[in-house]
Amino acid sequence: MFNAIFIPEKGHGAPVWGFSGALSTPNPHRLPSSIAREDEHLLVAAAKKGDAAAFEELVNRYEEKVFRLTRNITGNREDAEDAMQDAFLKAYSHLQDFHGDSRFYTWLVRIAANESLMRLRKRRPNQFSLDEPVEGDTDLMPRELEDWGPSPEQGYAQAELQGILSEFIEQLDPEFRIVLVLRDLEELSTQETAEALGISVPAVKSRLLRARLKLREKLNRHFRRGTLH
Amino acid sequence: MNCKGVIHELSNYLDGDLDPGLKTELERHLEHCEDCTMIVDQTKKSIEILCDSRPVELPSEVRSRLHSALRQKLSSRST
Ligand SMILES: [Zn+2]
Repeated sequence: MFNAIFIPEKGHGAPVWGFSGALSTPNPHRLPSSIAREDEHLLVAAAKKGDAAAFEELVNRYEEKVFRLTRNITGNREDAEDAMQDAFLKAYSHLQDFHGDSRFYTWLVRIAANESLMRLRKRRPNQFSLDEPVEGDTDLMPRELEDWGPSPEQGYAQAELQGILSEFIEQLDPEFRIVLVLRDLEELSTQETAEALGISVPAVKSRLLRARLKLREKLNRHFRRGTLH
Repeated sequence: MNCKGVIHELSNYLDGDLDPGLKTELERHLEHCEDCTMIVDQTKKSIEILCDSRPVELPSEVRSRLHSALRQKLSSRST
C-alpha cells in the first residue's frame, strides 16, 4: 500500500496574475509545475511496481482536470467520459513507457488529448488539420475595438461568465480549441503542447495567437462599455 | 515595430517569451498607440479570465464508473 505522503487537496489554489496595464512587464503565464506536487515521482514509481493504490491516487489527483480536457476537446459528454476512462486505462497499461523525461501530467494529457481527438474525428465529417501552417497573418488586426472599463468581468455572475466561455470554446474550430485548451486552461507550456499534439512549436503559436484574439473578440461583445449583457 | 508587428508578437509578449530587443520595440510602440495598448490589455485580461474559469465539473456518477473500470483493470493485473 502507498500511504506515506498523501495530502488531500481538491483543485489548485492558483494565484491570479495581476492586470496592471500593458506597459508594465507582463507576468509570464503561471508555471504549469504548480499542479505537480513533489511526491508525484514517488507515486509514479510505486505504481510502476504494481502498487494499485498509488495509481489510484494519481487518478484522484488528475481526474477532474482530465475530464475537463476531454470534455473541452470532444465537446460531448459521452465521448468525454469514454476518452477519460480509456486515457487512464491506457496510462496504466503503458506506465512502463513513462520514463520521467516530462511531467507525469503532461504525459497523461498527451494520452487524453489523443483519445479525445480520435473521438472528435469520428464525429466530424470535415477533417481538420493540426499540423498544416495557418494561412497568412494579414487578417489578424482586430476590427472591433472598444473600451472595457477597469474590471468588466465584475458585472457578471460567475456562472454567466462560465457560460460565455463554454459557449466560446464549443464554437471554436477544433484546431484552435485544442491548442487554447491545452495552453491556457491546462496551462501546459508551448513546448509541452507541441509535444502532446505531435506538432511544431510554430504551429502551436500561430493557432494560440488566433484563438486568443478570437477570445478577446468574443468577450469584447459582452464587455464593451454601455452594452447590456 | 508597427501595429501588425505588435499583433504578430502579442502571444509571445504576454507569455514573457519575447527577446529583450523586440520587447523594447513593442513597448515603445505601445507608448504611442492606444489601439494596440487596448488590444494587449484586453487579450491579457481575456486569458486571465479563461485561466481562472472552472467550466466543467466531474459528475459523481462519471467518477464512480471510472473508478470501477479502473479497479477491474487493476485487480486483473495484480498476481
Ligand atoms: Zn499599434
